Amino acid sequence: MASITKNEHKSYGMGLHDEVLTGRTQQTFFNPEEGENFFYDDAFDVDFNKRTSIDVENLECLELNKKIKELMKKGYGTIVLKNPGAKHSIGVGILQKLNLIVEGSLGYFGVGSIDGPVVRISGRVGWSCAENMMSGKVVIEKNAGSCFGAAIRGGDLICKGSVGARSGIDMKGGTIIVGGDAGAFTGFMMQRGRIIICGDVGPNLGDSLYDGTIFVGGSIKSLGADAVEAEMTDLDVSWLKRKLKVAEIDKKIDFKKMTKIVSGKKLWNYDNLEPSERKGAI
Amino acid sequence: MCGIAGLIHRGKSTNVGGEMQKMLQSLKHRGPDSTGYALYGSGKSKDYILRFKVGENVKEGSSAIMEDASVYDARRDEVNNQISEAGGEIIKEEQITPYSFRYVIKCDDDLLELAKKIESVEMTEILSLGKSLELIKDIGDAQVVADQYSLNKFNGTHGIGHTRMATESGVDIRSAHPYWAYPFSDVSVVHNGQLTNYWNNRRALERKGMRFMSSCDSELIAVYLANKIRDGHDLEDAMRSSLSDLDGVFTYMVATKDKLGMAKDTMAAKPMVLYESDDLVALASEEVAIRSLLPHEIDTYDPYEGEVKVWQA
Repeated sequence: MASITKNEHKSYGMGLHDEVLTGRTQQTFFNPEEGENFFYDDAFDVDFNKRTSIDVENLECLELNKKIKELMKKGYGTIVLKNPGAKHSIGVGILQKLNLIVEGSLGYFGVGSIDGPVVRISGRVGWSCAENMMSGKVVIEKNAGSCFGAAIRGGDLICKGSVGARSGIDMKGGTIIVGGDAGAFTGFMMQRGRIIICGDVGPNLGDSLYDGTIFVGGSIKSLGADAVEAEMTDLDVSWLKRKLKVAEIDKKIDFKKMTKIVSGKKLWNYDNLEPSERKGAI
Repeated sequence: MCGIAGLIHRGKSTNVGGEMQKMLQSLKHRGPDSTGYALYGSGKSKDYILRFKVGENVKEGSSAIMEDASVYDARRDEVNNQISEAGGEIIKEEQITPYSFRYVIKCDDDLLELAKKIESVEMTEILSLGKSLELIKDIGDAQVVADQYSLNKFNGTHGIGHTRMATESGVDIRSAHPYWAYPFSDVSVVHNGQLTNYWNNRRALERKGMRFMSSCDSELIAVYLANKIRDGHDLEDAMRSSLSDLDGVFTYMVATKDKLGMAKDTMAAKPMVLYESDDLVALASEEVAIRSLLPHEIDTYDPYEGEVKVWQA
């Protein structure tokens, strides 16, 4: 394994490892040498070349999610869902590597609580898509509803269209990338991670964010409490270029002109500030 | 939680009753207590269509007070008297259920006086009064109500509907949506959310002579819009004013004889999914309702916070 010293790594330069929260929330890094951090006991050994499809039209979400698990148990690594019909809670709780291809749209809570799969959705998704995602990649070709990527902890969540309100609410890691516009309260109470909005953003952007960074390509209607503008760096620009390329968002953006929003950290440490001091800080 | 749905065809009439039934049935999980439809026919009638009830549905699950069905006939006779006294003429009478009626009546356009007289009869409530609007609501899911009132054959241009989960008021027809915007013909409202300044607004509107039949916060939106229209505002202006005057979290739809509108609060706290094409606009709390009409792949989106939209039939 090539050795990179701590200070040479780009992620340190971007401050990705300096977002140490104090108080009740403690940051923990996984050790990549410890395999058990990356595999669940009941994960199945799947072959990505082994492909099958499921017609979802007459299935309830519970039946479908069980069927996905049964197919993974049989070694299928690529599963195509046909006729999802915007049903709710499809593809939740997949805790391993899998190529999941959705031909159509999902309803609420689609692909929530996942850890590892790569998901491609050709349609739209409803509220709370990929909520609590731990790792993996989710790509949505059309629009998404509100609470997109609520409380995600890792992975890349990509919507090529526009998203509703409160995207990235309570986010604790990972990256949310939106090709279009985003609604009110984007990044509300965000704690770590990155959000990239290529288009315009609604009011109260980054309201009460503890930490993390939000990049906006278009206009911002208003900033929320304790959200402040920060200076774009060369490292930010190179990271954004790379990330949007990986996200397959083919949009001409002048990255240097993007707006970078971070926490003012006046509301940051709730443990140490008395209510009267907190009020004064605002 | 509640579910709302609506659709409007541009320039044509279809089986809007059957379409709304499909949309509302797919939202049953959002509200199983009662279902309501506000359906709009061709609107070419010279006469008014009056939908009213003289009692409540007291089947299992209802929170209404049990009544002897024999009182309904006496109340209907009294309603007939009141219509005559107001100068109206009954052209056609249909009894749909023991407590629910559909009349076609000739009357002048002073609906307020007529409505006051009809509603002076004990336990009587006008569900709708208009030349194209027919408002039907009852206890049960969309299928039950559509079968009970034969809505699957209703032809028209547009409609809105509601599946209700009773939270702040009882399981009865009185508290079910949609609400007619008394006393304006052909205006109806459905709502998903909670209004937190209900009593302040209600008291202010009552002082202006507006009437409330229930303690359901959704009725306030209908009465609020009716009052604004009475004061000379057009529908879209009235809806925009509501975003600052009404406090709380809400998404609502309003329909008139040839328009359908929607408004979303400034926090975008309640859901709404929208599909728009050249000949059809369909909107609902969940995309699954739109998919019940259009199973093929379509483009939909969520309207943003503080958004108001109005479409013409």
